[in-house]
Amino acid sequence: MQTDVVETTQARAKPHGHPSAAEYVKVAVVLAVITGAEVAVYYQESLHAVMVPILLILSAFKFSLVALFFMHLKFDNRLFAVFFSGPLALAFAVLIALLTLFHRVLFGV
Amino acid sequence: MAEASLAAGHSAAEHATTTGLNHRKVLMWAFLGSECLFFGSLISTYVVYRDHSLVGPFPQDTFDIPYTSVSSFVLLMSSLTMVLALAAIQRANVKEMRVWLAATALLGTVFVGGQVYEFTDFVRHGLTLSTNLFGTTFFVLTGFHGAHVTIGVILLTSLFLNSLRGKIKKEDSLTVELAGLYWHFVDVVWVVIFTVVYLLPY
Repeated sequence: MQTDVVETTQARAKPHGHPSAAEYVKVAVVLAVITGAEVAVYYQESLHAVMVPILLILSAFKFSLVALFFMHLKFDNRLFAVFFSGPLALAFAVLIALLTLFHRVLFGV
Repeated sequence: MAEASLAAGHSAAEHATTTGLNHRKVLMWAFLGSECLFFGSLISTYVVYRDHSLVGPFPQDTFDIPYTSVSSFVLLMSSLTMVLALAAIQRANVKEMRVWLAATALLGTVFVGGQVYEFTDFVRHGLTLSTNLFGTTFFVLTGFHGAHVTIGVILLTSLFLNSLRGKIKKEDSLTVELAGLYWHFVDVVWVVIFTVVYLLPY
């Protein structure tokens, strides 16, 4: 009897401390809302001056949500985050370096 | 070492490693790190060359934002179905995992189909790989992303077929997790492409 209870509990437990299905759905709803907000900002003429930073922040937020919750970086070993964020930072540095080399200004100033 | 591995959340069935982490998972993350550099260079090239085209069509004449927004939504939701497939197999519910895997592969196929339609529409409007710098960098970047989604769909379909043959059990949840990591990576790359390529004004 006691063994059955333990097995049932183990079967229902969230493996590796991962979120539950309900939490995944909540994250997906937030992602969908942010995507809607991005498109709304794109069509909002009055926000044109601040459109670039707003879109970049929203995009970074979406990226973080997927990486942290769906890819489990928030819950898994930190070494995985290092493997991912290291090259990501390097890729971002390459973008900045190329923009500098080509005398481009990203923020439209 | 075995105790450390168990403390890190790994089952006793897994081999002990020097890091206490599963080597397949470490390899997948290292691969995704290299993919960051691959897509980073393609996105950088697009950003640098986007408005250096001497002849049209130009981005503002080409993009259909409502259409691409729906595609983005489809790919985002496929990440949800993928993670639900993983949650299902971790609960030893193979049937539910199969449903979510099929849904993910279907959503991925819809996305790729949408991209093929978008590409043909652009070509009809005179934008090809060799028309101008915008065409070259746009098709190379989004084409490689589409190829990654296609590989993901093939991966998910093979997982689905293997589960029908009874080859995917709770003990194999890491295989589903690794496929999921690849799929979510493809999704986050699109999150960046959607903003940088389609939405940002230059």
